Amino acid sequence: MTTMTTTPETPRTSGTATAGTARPARSEHAPIPFSRLLGVELRKMFDTRAGVWLMASVGGLAVIASAAVVLWAPDDALTYETFGAAVGMPMAVVLPVIAILSVTSEWSQRTGLTTFTWVPRRGRVIAAKTVNAVLVAVVGMLIAFAIGAVGNVVGSALAGVDTVWNMTLGDFFAIQLANLLGVLIGFMLGVVLRSSPAAMVGYLVVVYVLTGLTMTLAAFQEWFADLQPWVDFNYIQGALFEGPYESAEGWAQLGVTTVIWLVLPLAFGLWRTLRAEVK
Amino acid sequence: MIEVEHLTRTYGGYTAVDDVTFTAHSGRVTGFLGPNGAGKSTTMRVLVGLTPPTSGTALVDGRRFVDLPNPGREVGVLLDASAQHAGRTGREILTLAQRTLGLPRGSVEEMLDRVSLTEDEAGRRVRNYSLGMRQRLGIAVALIGEPRVLVLDEPANGLDPAGIRWMRDLLRGYADQGGTVLLSSHLLHEIEVVADDLVVIGQGRIVVSGTKEELLAGAGTLVRARDVAALAAALTAAGIGTTPTDGGVLADAEAGRVGETCLAAGVPLTELRAADGAGLEEMFLALTADTQREGAAA
Repeated sequence: MTTMTTTPETPRTSGTATAGTARPARSEHAPIPFSRLLGVELRKMFDTRAGVWLMASVGGLAVIASAAVVLWAPDDALTYETFGAAVGMPMAVVLPVIAILSVTSEWSQRTGLTTFTWVPRRGRVIAAKTVNAVLVAVVGMLIAFAIGAVGNVVGSALAGVDTVWNMTLGDFFAIQLANLLGVLIGFMLGVVLRSSPAAMVGYLVVVYVLTGLTMTLAAFQEWFADLQPWVDFNYIQGALFEGPYESAEGWAQLGVTTVIWLVLPLAFGLWRTLRAEVK
Repeated sequence: MIEVEHLTRTYGGYTAVDDVTFTAHSGRVTGFLGPNGAGKSTTMRVLVGLTPPTSGTALVDGRRFVDLPNPGREVGVLLDASAQHAGRTGREILTLAQRTLGLPRGSVEEMLDRVSLTEDEAGRRVRNYSLGMRQRLGIAVALIGEPRVLVLDEPANGLDPAGIRWMRDLLRGYADQGGTVLLSSHLLHEIEVVADDLVVIGQGRIVVSGTKEELLAGAGTLVRARDVAALAAALTAAGIGTTPTDGGVLADAEAGRVGETCLAAGVPLTELRAADGAGLEEMFLALTADTQREGAAA
């Protein structure tokens, strides 16, 4: 009944053909270089249908936003500033979602089971994901700005008005920075919450619900209105969309709120992720 | 070689793995056997660094898993075939493995071929895979780095009979080439057929471990007759201990002596053989009787 009629096929592991002996000669494998992790993690952001759609939506939404400006904006508003603001809006949602999913799918889709056995030093995986989130945020905004520029040229031509390039390099970098910080907030929530729906809801709460609450609070409580720039990340980060701060105090406030809202929670999330059980 | 020593993992007041010690030798298939919730999977997760142990150590070829420079090249791991992104294709998942581990490009097609996933199947997204196909893909992911150690949690789950045979031959061949295989299962028959060594775990504790021969040697002889009562009486009269089993008894002696005894007593037999198949099951149920959910399944 239990006669064993195995016909051992020859596995490819010919290098370990020392059957029966105590231990095959150890061939030391080179550690996995960080550049390889970067490449693999970047690929993982776009090798699913969801990833492809999210990436496509960066371009698609920028085109739709530009078209909306061309169609509905009054002629005197057909400036690059308007287009820049219009394309920036959808980016503030899509790019953080890409960043969130790059972390949370390891837990929600349970791919962490393989990812973290290939690379048990989880900090390296998270570091690669962080670099890629920054890369995608910057490149995504560049694509959106480029599409906005095309919209500006086409829109002003259609309306028969002069093409207005009223965005300075300083404005450009300020918007890039503001957007990048928003993406990193999403990434942080992904690391802290380790669940796709929770992190996405969390991002909407932080960026939209919280903004409304603090605005209301500041309107009715004077003490908070004074304190707000030092504690309300959304408030001070949002100001960047209008251009770089004019005073050093603005940058100091951005630094303080970024530490409170981004650096500290990210450190906490990282600390937990490195110790968490992967199931 | 895998060495697990005094491994303990607690969750609050609950001890999932309790002072577990065993060794899986190279060139041998070690079967890790136990009822559901006995601590098999937790032990394996600790072994590959996914779960931090509360105390104790787990070493692969003398090193902690997390200290291996490129673990996927040394240890092939399959813990849960369903733990893959549902939106990726099988080929893409293998490509990620190939890239992460730094393997030649051709290894993806080679592995697909080795686990018999067709071109069409490899291009499908994993959400459309059957459990058997997921297992084959999981095996491919485990094998692609040409590791010397395999850690597989319930790899036969969902495979059809031909797949189970294929898996058995693969593991046997692997160990025969000098590899170390640690294989968990609750499918007693499957483990018994392929394993050289057995580690039985119940409620987080090692119940018994040793070579299959050692563990089965005490299993005795399975003997069946139309007249079971006469059979049992004859054996008892000859001083041979018996345990009733369906349609016969498990006799506490080797087959030759049991046969002679029955012939002398004039009891016609319908079956007489070493109780390997039934033996392990009896042993498994007996050893885990007090730790099993169903209680003592007689």
